[in-house]
Amino acid sequence: MKELLSGNAAIARGAFEAGVTVATGYPGTPSTEILENLARYPGVYAQWSPNEKVALEVGVGASLAGARVLVAMKHVGVNVAADPLMTLAYTGVNGGLVLVSADDPGMHSSQNEQDNRYLARMAGIPMLEPSDSQEAKDMVGLALDLSETFDTPVMLRTTTRISHSQGLVELGARREPARRPYRKDAAKYVMVPAHARKRRLAWLERQEALRRYAEECPVNVIIEGDDLGIVTSGVAYQYAREAFPGATVLKLGLTNPLPAELLRRFATRVRRILVVEELEPYLEEQLRALGLTVEGKTIFPRHGELDPVVVARANRYNAGPPEAAAQAGEALPARPPVLCPGCPHRGVLYVLSRLKLTVMGDIGCYTLGVQPPLAAMDSCLCMGASIGMALGMEKAAPDMATRTVAVIGDSTFFHSGLTGLLDIVYNRGRSTVIILDNGTTAMTGHQDHPGTGRTLLGDEAPRLDLEQVVRGLGVRRVVVVDPYDLAAVRKAVRQETAAPEPSVIIARRPCSLTVPPGPAPRVDQAACTGCGNCLRLGCPALALVEKVAVIDAELCRGCGLCSQVCRTGAIKEGDGDRA
Amino acid sequence: METVRNAATDVLLAGVGGQGTILAGKVLARAAQLAGRDVKVSEVHGMAQRGGSVVTQVRFGPCVRSPLIAFADVLVAFEQLEGLRWLPRLKAGAMVILNRQTIYPLPVLTGAAAYPQEIPATIRARGFRTLVVDGPGLAAQAGSAKAVNMVLVGALAAELDLPGEAWSQALEDLVPPAYREVNHRAFDLGRAAAGPRARGGSVPVS
Repeated sequence: MKELLSGNAAIARGAFEAGVTVATGYPGTPSTEILENLARYPGVYAQWSPNEKVALEVGVGASLAGARVLVAMKHVGVNVAADPLMTLAYTGVNGGLVLVSADDPGMHSSQNEQDNRYLARMAGIPMLEPSDSQEAKDMVGLALDLSETFDTPVMLRTTTRISHSQGLVELGARREPARRPYRKDAAKYVMVPAHARKRRLAWLERQEALRRYAEECPVNVIIEGDDLGIVTSGVAYQYAREAFPGATVLKLGLTNPLPAELLRRFATRVRRILVVEELEPYLEEQLRALGLTVEGKTIFPRHGELDPVVVARANRYNAGPPEAAAQAGEALPARPPVLCPGCPHRGVLYVLSRLKLTVMGDIGCYTLGVQPPLAAMDSCLCMGASIGMALGMEKAAPDMATRTVAVIGDSTFFHSGLTGLLDIVYNRGRSTVIILDNGTTAMTGHQDHPGTGRTLLGDEAPRLDLEQVVRGLGVRRVVVVDPYDLAAVRKAVRQETAAPEPSVIIARRPCSLTVPPGPAPRVDQAACTGCGNCLRLGCPALALVEKVAVIDAELCRGCGLCSQVCRTGAIKEGDGDRA
Repeated sequence: METVRNAATDVLLAGVGGQGTILAGKVLARAAQLAGRDVKVSEVHGMAQRGGSVVTQVRFGPCVRSPLIAFADVLVAFEQLEGLRWLPRLKAGAMVILNRQTIYPLPVLTGAAAYPQEIPATIRARGFRTLVVDGPGLAAQAGSAKAVNMVLVGALAAELDLPGEAWSQALEDLVPPAYREVNHRAFDLGRAAAGPRARGGSVPVS
């Protein structure tokens, strides 16, 4: 029987079947489950690296040693790994190497909506785009074969709706290709200018060979239909098939390089060509450059996700049920994601908000502190940016130094925070960096990292000591606080922002989702004046009902912050009774 | 050549992160697969799961292409406001299975917004067949407050054209042994709550 697999689970299965023995990555939605699934297969070594650049480098080393390799990351992770990637395109590989880029149109869990098809084109490497779970599995094998045949890394590009949608997949057996022998070849792998100039020519020749291959590539297929032509790829193919069931469709599975002759022949067979693609006019512009008359982004949006309704409506093909239109725009209270009850980040963010500090934020659950009532975040740019930005602020405006902090999580700090902190020390900054150490990579679902003492395969690992690391980077002022103790947090923040040298505050508490809850506090109804001060915590377990604070004991994790901020002592620490 | 438009049955499972919509979607998808249908499921992981609005989309039929639903046949709302939120993505006359539960979102808790009143009446007034299910009550009766999702799956089963054996096998396949009995009970209670009035019955309910 077929199995119902997400695109990510299917990619893991495909890697297993194709004989991948080494897999690396860094967690990032929507890519995370690829490695989590792959780690469960026998005969596969899988690891989380501290960041995507290291992950790719580990993958390249494994490829040179002759293994088949998969490296997985989210779209913005490829930016971090772009440095090795762009030159890896010159050196080529030994064992096959597939880089999975999981893009996030619609920004369900991302800071931008970049279209990584351009990165594959810039690197000059082949790119495959599956349109469902079955193809996701099959294309991993194809990518590895292409990688070895053409001596190049290959990008497999998914989007959220491929990564996180599930479909039925036919499973196959594992192939176990022998590890290719390692051969020293300085002219191919040592990219000094003299070698790199030759490799650039090899890279250009390879792209010509790939262009010829694209014309015959089995994943570029035509579905016969009427005289309306659709050119599409990835999940957009599925939407297009539903919105235009009668059309003639050219489905591109290989989207770099494009098959010029196939496209020209396709154009002669149809009256009109629509290019249905999410995000940028990546296919559209290349089709135009071939001299073809096509329509794309004049009809379909360039922002956000497509879906069957967007594709159909954009062409005025089917306006959908009339009542749907009438209801559109109705204002309902939003339900944005929030910091969980008991989240250890809340105490720190509350103090920063009350002290009215400027907060250079970072990527993680704590970014949710941007919302009212905490509103304790002034910036969020990319992994690790908080620290460099805090230094930049004090260099530009010295008067802001005592009023600015950087806030970064433990996993993000190991990913990209170390070098920023070095910069503060080296360039004699005085910024205060607050590391929110919840002992996990929480936002993506609690993955391990160098500070957790455990690996992706579940083995014990050396647990990096944050204090020692920070001191080793040259920071002399290091304070550890419990974020459930508001007075201690307030004191540490006041003290360290005033100190005329670099300082690090480590706010340490495990993610509340990883530990059992404590007793919920009780509200003394007679003592509660309904002042609403406790609501400033933005806790989903707290509400005012008829001017009295009410704690939802089912949701409450017993962190005790509300009893600390209560002005009248009406909220009493819990006594062990859980409702 | 297949004609697939509108051939699938489309179900939206909407709720708040942490309510168990994902497991409910898995059980439905598994039951459909066991009944020999093509199936696609779409959901979102990551940031949205932190107490935000979540939706699982399940489509089944002879051949399913898009993982996303255009307009659904059935909406299972694990929370009342989330039920209201997804009405624009329903077909005319669709079925709404509405859990009695309300969970106030942060803007309501902080007083920045008001929670809508009389949600079941609003849904009915828009012409949707509406079944209000006492999820928490029936789950407690089944033996666990956490089994609300299986109560709702049971109510959904009464509405869908999938064989009973497929549902019980799906529960066997997906629920860990320790929770199986409670979940079967919850499923049966949900199904009974919907049963006599659903599928074929033309009377709009409660």
